Amino acid sequence: MSFSALLLSLTLVLISIVISAYQKLGLEKDIITGTVRAVIQLLAMGFVLKFVFHVSDWRLTIAMLTVMILVAGQNASKRAQGMPGAFAAVITAIGGGSLVTITIMVILGIITFNPWQVIPIGGMIIGNSMVGAGVVLNRLTAEIKQKRLEIEAALALGATSRQAADGVLRAAVKAGMIPTVDSMKTLGIVQLPGMMTGLILAGADPLQAVRYQILVAFMLSATVSITCVIVGLLAYRRFFSEYHQLLDL
Amino acid sequence: MSKIRWDKVSLIRSSANLTKEVLKAVSLTVNKGEVYTILGPSGSGKSTLLRLINRLIEPSSGEIYLDNINIREIPVIELRRRIGLVFQQPVLFPGSVQENINYSAKIQGKNFAQAAEYLTMVGLDSELLTMEVSKLSGGQQQRVALARALANKPEVLLLDEPTSALDIQATEQLEALIVNLVKTLGLTVLWVTHNIDQAKRVGDRTMLLVDGRVIEDRVTPDFFNFPREEIAVEFLAGKLKTRGN
Repeated sequence: MSFSALLLSLTLVLISIVISAYQKLGLEKDIITGTVRAVIQLLAMGFVLKFVFHVSDWRLTIAMLTVMILVAGQNASKRAQGMPGAFAAVITAIGGGSLVTITIMVILGIITFNPWQVIPIGGMIIGNSMVGAGVVLNRLTAEIKQKRLEIEAALALGATSRQAADGVLRAAVKAGMIPTVDSMKTLGIVQLPGMMTGLILAGADPLQAVRYQILVAFMLSATVSITCVIVGLLAYRRFFSEYHQLLDL
Repeated sequence: MSKIRWDKVSLIRSSANLTKEVLKAVSLTVNKGEVYTILGPSGSGKSTLLRLINRLIEPSSGEIYLDNINIREIPVIELRRRIGLVFQQPVLFPGSVQENINYSAKIQGKNFAQAAEYLTMVGLDSELLTMEVSKLSGGQQQRVALARALANKPEVLLLDEPTSALDIQATEQLEALIVNLVKTLGLTVLWVTHNIDQAKRVGDRTMLLVDGRVIEDRVTPDFFNFPREEIAVEFLAGKLKTRGN
């Protein structure tokens, strides 16, 4: 795609600005800010990726994945409503989940450890894990607040904090995993997912593109599950003292 | 013989812009086998007093003793199994009556089916074992909560206004049941209530707690007939307003 063609496509953004102005929605400033940020961020990412692929050093690849995990962790931990230690729990969970999945795929020879495979795939699984982790934290905090008396009743009967938190932990982890599980049901029907779309646009055979997309769906399922469980098990402990007491938060 | 003893126990609660002394140097003794009723206006610290005994919360200062052993020296899980707690609202777990009563056994990895025995003990039909707790009446739910607490075979029973959420008939029935069970099982009981008449009926000794301080602590007939403190007199006359900080 030529640069001039991309510039012309700005007319599409103009359409949304015109709609907002005409309908008096007040979103024009946000649309312009969003467009400028998207362009700058994506262009910057494009240059960075070009450099990283060119250098092809495994340390740079790992550094990039680490930055992505830290940014994802920052984003997801905002959903924890002030819970202490949320950031550490999230980056451990996302890092752990991604590491397990990527390692399995490299060992099985499904992908090779080079930047142009690991970074895009890593980006996808880190992004989805981030969303899952955020949902778990948000739901866990809300459930513990709502079910406070039930948890105290369990503690009063001699339950450990892990036993007393069992119900809320399950609900939170399930909530984190459901979107990924549900999206697998509509893959290929409701929308053509991103990986497949990109490959087809680049001229790949659809049946080859589909294989990669199936792989991505399986990876996401595994990574998001691992992330949600790890973040849940790390996060719930922040709500209890060492003497199995539910803290005031 | 002293069963539970508080020694100058204080609790201070801090939030963003407020510090409140919930309990102020409370010293008390409850004897073995006694029914000890705790009266006081809302916010006086009565529920907090109970929650300190089974270490659901930690005091800011002072010590609490169970059978003359500092409760901090007893493993907290073991301590809580020796002490049963019934809340004002029946706080039951989602599921059946049986699952609730057998909860303690389940978390200890034990597999004995004694729910029926405890259900009978609280005057409910064993037909109700498999019923979802949400389908029971308030009075029935509170009895299940009591059965669940008793299933641990505790020595001490903490009752935090156990009948205040119930209608008059259910209150009378539950009260009679608890009094009978307590005698049969030889339990030591701390019974928080806002109902002065209930305290008169059930308590061996009665204590008045106002703004976190023990005002009066006497055998029940003396508490009601010969109160010493002016605040106690006002309280019994229904004239005491809750004094905030």
